[in-house]
Amino acid sequence: MAERSFKKEVEQLRIGEGEVFSGEGILAVTKALLQSGVAYVGGYQGAPISHLMDVLSDARDVLDELGVHFEASASEAAAAAMAAASVNYPLRGAVTWKSTVGTNVASDALANLASGGVKGGVVVIVGEDYGEGSSIMQERTHAFAMKSQMWLIDPPPNVARIVESVEQAFELSEASNTPVFLQLRIRSCHVSGRFTARDNRPPALSLKDATESPQRDVDRIVLPPASFLHEQEKINKRWPAAVKFIRDNGLNKMLPGEQENLGIIVPGGLYNTLIRSMERLGLADAFGNARFPIYQMNVPYPVIDDEIVEFCQDKDAVLLVEEGQPNYIEQNINTVLRQHDVSTKLIGKGTFPMAGEYTSEVLRNGLIGFMARFEPDWVAPQDPGHAIAALVAGLNPHVPPRPPGLCTGCPERPVFTSLKMMQQELGDFHISGDIGCHLFSILPPFNMGNTTMGYGLGTAGASAFNSAGGSKPPISIMGDGGFWHNGLTSGIGNAVFNKNDGLTIVIDNNYAAATGGQDLLSGKGEVRDRSTQHPIEKAVRGIGVRWAKTVKTYDIGKMRAALKEAVTNKGDGPKVLVAQSECMLNRQRREKPLVRKDIASGKRTIQERFGVDEQTCTGDHACIRLSGCPSLTIKPNPDPLKTQPVSYVDNSCVGCGNCGEVAHEAVLCPSFYKGQIIYNPGGLDRFLWRLRSRFIGWMQQRAEQRRLRMA
Amino acid sequence: MGTGSMEQKFERPITVAILALGGQGGGVLTKWLVDIAQSNGYLAQSTYVAGVAQRTGATVYCVELFPQAQAQQMGREPVFTTYPVPGDVDLVVAGEMAETGRAIQKGFVTPNVTTLISSTHRVYSITEKSAMGDGIIDQAPVMEAARKAARKFIAFDMAAGADQSNSIISAVILGAIAASGALPFGREAYEAAIRAGGRAVESNLAGFEAGYQGGSQTVAGQGVASISSRKAVAMPQAEGLNGEALLARIREELPPAVQAMAAHGALRALEYQDVAYAGQYLDRVSEVVALEQDRNPAEQEFSLAQEVARQLALQMCYEDTIRVAEIKTSGQRMQSVRQHLNVSAQQPAHVVEYFHPRFEELCDTLPASLGRRLLASQRARRWFKPLLGKGRNITTTNLSGYLQLALLAKLKRWRRGTYRFATQTHLLDDWLGRIHAVIKDDGADPDYALALAQCIGMVKGYGDTYERGLERYQKIVAASEKVAPEQRAATVRRLSQAALASEDGKVFEQGLMAMEAH
Repeated sequence: MAERSFKKEVEQLRIGEGEVFSGEGILAVTKALLQSGVAYVGGYQGAPISHLMDVLSDARDVLDELGVHFEASASEAAAAAMAAASVNYPLRGAVTWKSTVGTNVASDALANLASGGVKGGVVVIVGEDYGEGSSIMQERTHAFAMKSQMWLIDPPPNVARIVESVEQAFELSEASNTPVFLQLRIRSCHVSGRFTARDNRPPALSLKDATESPQRDVDRIVLPPASFLHEQEKINKRWPAAVKFIRDNGLNKMLPGEQENLGIIVPGGLYNTLIRSMERLGLADAFGNARFPIYQMNVPYPVIDDEIVEFCQDKDAVLLVEEGQPNYIEQNINTVLRQHDVSTKLIGKGTFPMAGEYTSEVLRNGLIGFMARFEPDWVAPQDPGHAIAALVAGLNPHVPPRPPGLCTGCPERPVFTSLKMMQQELGDFHISGDIGCHLFSILPPFNMGNTTMGYGLGTAGASAFNSAGGSKPPISIMGDGGFWHNGLTSGIGNAVFNKNDGLTIVIDNNYAAATGGQDLLSGKGEVRDRSTQHPIEKAVRGIGVRWAKTVKTYDIGKMRAALKEAVTNKGDGPKVLVAQSECMLNRQRREKPLVRKDIASGKRTIQERFGVDEQTCTGDHACIRLSGCPSLTIKPNPDPLKTQPVSYVDNSCVGCGNCGEVAHEAVLCPSFYKGQIIYNPGGLDRFLWRLRSRFIGWMQQRAEQRRLRMA
Repeated sequence: MGTGSMEQKFERPITVAILALGGQGGGVLTKWLVDIAQSNGYLAQSTYVAGVAQRTGATVYCVELFPQAQAQQMGREPVFTTYPVPGDVDLVVAGEMAETGRAIQKGFVTPNVTTLISSTHRVYSITEKSAMGDGIIDQAPVMEAARKAARKFIAFDMAAGADQSNSIISAVILGAIAASGALPFGREAYEAAIRAGGRAVESNLAGFEAGYQGGSQTVAGQGVASISSRKAVAMPQAEGLNGEALLARIREELPPAVQAMAAHGALRALEYQDVAYAGQYLDRVSEVVALEQDRNPAEQEFSLAQEVARQLALQMCYEDTIRVAEIKTSGQRMQSVRQHLNVSAQQPAHVVEYFHPRFEELCDTLPASLGRRLLASQRARRWFKPLLGKGRNITTTNLSGYLQLALLAKLKRWRRGTYRFATQTHLLDDWLGRIHAVIKDDGADPDYALALAQCIGMVKGYGDTYERGLERYQKIVAASEKVAPEQRAATVRRLSQAALASEDGKVFEQGLMAMEAH
């Protein structure tokens, strides 16, 4: 069960011709796929395309009716390889992942797929995680398109246009026997909007038909001599076919403007921000009517030479808006202009910054630079922010950073608390991180972890240190998501085979939590159409690990002991500590409604919540430094004699017990208490409670009287 | 186009930026706004960048609205941006005070353009929370900047509004937006969207009402405490005759500037131990007052005596096991716990305390000579290990648990004989002695005395915190004596700051080493 339920969206997947679909960009894509007659969809979740996978997971019935096969693939490589179905058969298929990280993983399969080419349309929907809020390295999918010769579509952030692009992508793929990337930027994925739907189409050829009468073409297999043939085909057949399709169908748009001596070339994905920035400078209106012609490049690769020449010739200068680096498009267009003897100046990087997201502010400054150079008489309207620039600069020390962190009650927190305490005792270790929620350990308050080399590569990332000798073996951290993605082989298998001695902590929280709580092999729940409940410890033992332990994360005492044993135990080969407890976000989502129902139905229920005695709190906040739980916060000290804020547990506490465990294990102050609230108490509860309250109340009254006598 | 008069303004989309923290319901709020717009003749588009921000970070949502009739007139749809354009944001919503600062920093709030709606409450960031002392960042400058930067500024505590109406903060914010008039929709339109949402309608409407009220009052910035600045201490009330007598003595003996702090201190000492103890406290404060006056007959502020009055009270009323037991068993405390747990009058709710008494705490509570000998004995330490080596949970709502602690609290009358009392008295005498010596010496810097008085504040708490604080205090005092007299105050302050900079003491050790190198 994923973090978000998409029941409503699934209903929308059924709507037919003429009805209006309303929702986020990435959800509209799911409907567009069904309208395009896909036979199979696969992918690996990750922001910003997780919701695509989640909706399809929830849409089992709709997919079954249409005969569409859907897989939550084990990795992006597995998803990309799935597209092999379109090599011999006219089957349309789509695969999806977060880019560029997912594209890195998928590259092997993609290169093979692109070499042999496809018969059925293949669309690779990549969520381009670039710019603000991105959690990955800043690279471009564009490079992958170029190296494997796959086409790249970058539609404007508008739901109707995105849907249209999906359908065009399939057609382009089939017309040119080439897989196509549909690149959706992060804001496009989450953009809301509506479009008029069409009927869903069952696949033209069913998967069953294909397997019943298999077809084979040795020329499609990447082996010599066919592989040399593929290279020729790419250049002589597929490229020209793509160019023809793109031109004939007007995939790129030439938008008119009054003043024709200047022009702007912009990839579709940046078009809307460009228009708003131009509008602010008085160079366009809200409807996109601009002063200069604009070439909206919805297919940044391949560049259509004729269109470029047509657009640029007779212009003094053209501004190119190309986000990210290297500036592939600029290099490409410059070559085209040179080859066609067009002397128009191409203004790109330099006027725009080489690196970084092109926000509206960046575009505004670039436009001003362009205008200043080619229209010196033009005066930019005053920036309304100008008047308060000094004021804004003065705020820097007053706006604290807000790094992401582990959620309230997160079961990974006690693992890092234990690790921090172990390091306080034994000194610091080299810690190799991985991808997942657990990577937040590198931020305050834990501040631990040296590197992250990719999904499932935590253990492999520490392998060089394994023959270092010394008393401190490297510690690696891996999530269950990364473990099943490839960590079992490239991490654990690698360590067994090479007789490594390090410790791998596998965070086993029942879900791929960081990407939205998707199910995985070691998940504990029963999931329709999936096989779960395969324990991680069993898997690592199966691959040859001798020292493997599964410990419940919240037991800090046991966790510390196990960690200590693992790093001091020599010569037993790689150690694997499976830190097991369910992701709290998902657990709460599962349990909260049940608890509410129990309480409402009169069933005896105990709920726990923690608190801090402000009178005994020292204001030292060691508890926070060992936790970082969002619900463990501070408030001004109510004691007139004390100035330091006291710790305080706010009402988002889920009663996981970590604060209390930390107070015990780290020997902190005696301020923490656990409240056990009994709802719908039984007769015995009530009787005992009355008895105890009466006696304790009497004692308290006596003490209070004595205190007042002395006061 | 673009920059001009009001009538052109209508040809441009209305842009809204919402800065929300994880869990504040920014998504819900955004959806309401889109629904309201679409049901009231507007085209709307929203987007956001969640990324890793969905795990507790801050997220910016962008909503754009455009009148549908005008789009129909033009025969095409407007181009909506996915990025709020600085200088062109009509409405900015910040669900927390520091986020208001972030909105201004991002350039979203501009004069003559932006209506800014902020909740004045704080959600402390991890750097503020994890500081070893007071890490709270003062928000008064943000308040000031918001007043100057916005066309209209609406600010009140929306989290409190949500609490009081038993609702969520996004509902309160929606009410404030409705009241602000920044969007072209009437109140009914907003309420209709909440009803159409179909979830938690009653409580959301209550939250909306609270927000609408708060927004209508538009009392920008009132009631925002700058909580990082030192609070003013008022004269307390005594609860009985002994307290009255102490307060009378204070009024008679001590200068006005010191009275309130000394009164709090004396009453604390009275409650902590007895009348004699409170008297002893006042004797010690009086001594410092007299010395400060000797030094400067025109003294009015008595900043040294004030600080001594504060620190001395905390040091004399140190938290030993007896004190903790007394606090944990008091009726008042039980009431405040039940309040925190939000339970009804007769509802059973157990309270489980987390203790980890160590061998050291045991020795502290024993008679001085026994405690001292036991502490030095390795064998005793080993013997008691199984008993004291682990955390203990005591349920104070059970008879046995309560009695254990109540009996421990009874040891109060023998407190003066305990080992900890002896060591604490030794520490205090030494501390006061140093302060006296400095203030008496006309050649010494009186600021050094104040710095010493403040420095003892790091000796507090239990276990590691206490030991670490004590060790660093002693090192600072020793180090300050090695430098020239005029540098001593600065040395103490610098090292005190270094001592609070990091738990592992690296910054502190560096500070000490830098000093030795000089």
